[in-house]
Amino acid sequence: MSSPAVELLDIHKSFSRVKANDGVNLAVARGEIHALVGENGAGKSTLMKILYGLYAPDRGEIRIDGKPARFRGPADALRAGLGMVHQHFMLVRPFTVVENMLLGREGVPPVLPMDRVAASREIRDLSGRYALDVEPGAVVEDLPVGVQQRAEILRVLLHGASILIFDEPTAVLTPQEATDFFRVLGGLRDQGKTILLITHKLDEVMQVADRVTVMRAGRVVGERAVRDTSPAELARLMVGRDVALGRVEGEAPAGAPVLEVRSLGVRDSRRIARVNSVSFQVRAGEIVGIAGVEGNGQTELVEAIAGLREVEAGTIHMDGRDVTGSRVAQRQRSGLVHVPEDRQRRGLVLEMSLAENLLLGRQRESEFSGRVLLRAEPILRMARRLSEEFDVRPRDVSLKTRDFSGGNQQKIVVARELGRAPRLIVASQPTRGVDIGAIEFIHARLREARDQGVAVLLVSADLREVMSLSDRILVMYGGRVVGEVPGRDAREDRLGTLMLGGAA
Amino acid sequence: MIAPFLSQVLRISVPYLFAALGGTFSERGGTINIALEGILLTSAFAAAVTTYFTHDPWLGLAAAVLAGLLTALLHAVICVTFRADQIVSGIAINLLAAGLTKFLLKEIFGSSSNSPRVEGLPEWHLAGVGGIPVLGDILRSPLLLLAAIGVPVGHFLLYRTPFGLRLRACGEHPEAADALGVSVTRIRYTGILISGAVTALGGAWLALDQHSFTDGMSGGRGYIALAAMIVGKWSPLGAAGGCLLFGAAETLQIRLQGGAVPTQFIQMIPYLLTMVVLAGFIGRAAAPRMSGVPYRKEE
Ligand SMILES: Nc1ncnc2c1ncn2[C@@H]1O[C@H](COP(=O)(O)OP(=O)(O)OP(=O)(O)O)[C@@H](O)[C@H]1O
Ligand SMILES: [Mg+2]
Repeated sequence: MSSPAVELLDIHKSFSRVKANDGVNLAVARGEIHALVGENGAGKSTLMKILYGLYAPDRGEIRIDGKPARFRGPADALRAGLGMVHQHFMLVRPFTVVENMLLGREGVPPVLPMDRVAASREIRDLSGRYALDVEPGAVVEDLPVGVQQRAEILRVLLHGASILIFDEPTAVLTPQEATDFFRVLGGLRDQGKTILLITHKLDEVMQVADRVTVMRAGRVVGERAVRDTSPAELARLMVGRDVALGRVEGEAPAGAPVLEVRSLGVRDSRRIARVNSVSFQVRAGEIVGIAGVEGNGQTELVEAIAGLREVEAGTIHMDGRDVTGSRVAQRQRSGLVHVPEDRQRRGLVLEMSLAENLLLGRQRESEFSGRVLLRAEPILRMARRLSEEFDVRPRDVSLKTRDFSGGNQQKIVVARELGRAPRLIVASQPTRGVDIGAIEFIHARLREARDQGVAVLLVSADLREVMSLSDRILVMYGGRVVGEVPGRDAREDRLGTLMLGGAA
Repeated sequence: MIAPFLSQVLRISVPYLFAALGGTFSERGGTINIALEGILLTSAFAAAVTTYFTHDPWLGLAAAVLAGLLTALLHAVICVTFRADQIVSGIAINLLAAGLTKFLLKEIFGSSSNSPRVEGLPEWHLAGVGGIPVLGDILRSPLLLLAAIGVPVGHFLLYRTPFGLRLRACGEHPEAADALGVSVTRIRYTGILISGAVTALGGAWLALDQHSFTDGMSGGRGYIALAAMIVGKWSPLGAAGGCLLFGAAETLQIRLQGGAVPTQFIQMIPYLLTMVVLAGFIGRAAAPRMSGVPYRKEE
């Protein structure tokens, strides 16, 4: 038998206060799609960063094709045939695709002109071969996320990688983009590439992977051939108990309208109309879900409701009062909380601690603030309670939020917002990047809020999430609400048609 | 009337051109460099002292570049290696440069205001072109020629070569550069050092053109150069445009002096123009996204 393409032997890695990898062993055969799953903070990203040379392991050995390898940095890993597509993309946004491809290419004289034409040709060849459609001359920041990801994959291939690492590649993709992506993955495997895939979506594992490794608290707790396992077993291995993500109906009928949006029109920062005469209500004690392919106005709609974006036309009422022009703080005092879709951009101050981030927005409340100084004790008590309740790991209220894993960062935002006795919850992609245990918990909290009479507006790219939570589902397409379906009898195919602009 | 005006604009713009070009290389790589002011000062001083003792202005020029490199190296060590605040480092270096040159001026020449007269760089007298406005001026003066060549070369370097690509990547998204095996530290050092060497040419011009070093002779030019760089949206050609604009304003100011308008007002022209241009015309300029942010490689 030939040696595995990748072998990790007894890998250890500690950060100042956390043991992120605690004796991890992993072997991946050539030409295999190997999934890596596990709770938030289990150490998956850390392990992959070690493999890619971004972190140095405290102990342990890496073997590529049976030969021991020592990576002092990503450059070494690239040379050994590894490539990584990161959780947060590593493309330089104002650069063109070609420029991004040329960056980091070695063995070229640094001050002679680059050959962009040849590089573009190379990109076209490669994108033809792997069905990765990307325009070489396009500027990255103008491209949809799915295409950006294709550019990243292309770059990795262009550098000659035969082992590809993907960290939560589908977290930012629309369902269509994800389907395309899996086709690409299959094609790569058929051409002999070895693929490591981190994901929280167990159905994806079942769909594309050959083998799967489950991690928990820095260790490997199980490895299976995908055909010998089930999502339920994987979930049990990950979380240590059974997980149920089914629908639970509300206890009481909905009450009076809390949020009322009338003929709303909103433009994006480039002055393009994104929301066109949208009207709907969210009543006390109901969850209204907004389904739609990303980029159909959901972002702007939510920002307008949250007070982060100017309203062009129409009105927004909360509890019957017009808040169209109100500032964010006023809306928050009326009981609005907002889980933003981009946790790093809108949700957290990465350089501040967990406790400080949990305080944000409540710093003026008399509980936390005296006349001049903040009150340290109550703040710490609140932070400890919330991180306990929302299971933020590690439980260290003084750690900078930058140093939490992606899923735990998400939990911090959710904890802050849901932890403040709201009247109206506006939640955008509330479970993006969190593990199934945490999804179950966040869903339970949203339902609990509903049952206590809170109005909930949920926007999610994950159709299953919308379907399992919502009492009513609105479908957005092209900046308009094109359909409304009761959540109880929503069907995926029917919603899918509406989301693509078809008639139901 | 127009030719002498243009000629004067060019000469006044030389230190701006070099400093703005230098600043561009530092900031594109992700390091704010307000130490340009201090670099102008130390390099001007080095040029004057060296020329005074060796009677060779070319050696003076070399010494200026060396001084510029050393001053920039200090900034690089503080900002890149120690990841300190780049503005604070820049201010500290400017204060240090002002104090040090004042002190050495006194020690070496026993004067608190200026050095004795030193030779300047030679003027070339080329047959045929000397009389042509602008071009003649450029071809006559080695440093003007260097500035005229340096701007397009800098532009080419930044936008057409792998080095330029890596430098800009380090200013926009250092994690990405790092993940592709580019050493952010090395590239940022290189950018800052280029900044020091190029800006020093402007410092040398100040001293050699005036044939002496005078205390505080940089006179805020480093800051104006920074403004020109911003007006030019961090590109060498754009920055050069900004420099010529400010050079023109200053020339105008000099020419208008002694007229009916009080000099105090006229002296404000270049600064007012800077503010108006920065605030109004350009809008929110596209700064390198990670300029000013130290890069912390995760360990
Ligand atoms: N740079 C760092 N400094 C300090 N602690 C860190 C750092 N990076 C990761 N950690 C910690 O190491 C642990 C493992 O993090 P890692 O990012 O590997 O988790 P993960 O399995 O990828 O989680 P997720 O599914 O949420 O992305 C976490 O507890 C995290 O807080
Ligand atoms: Mg991760």
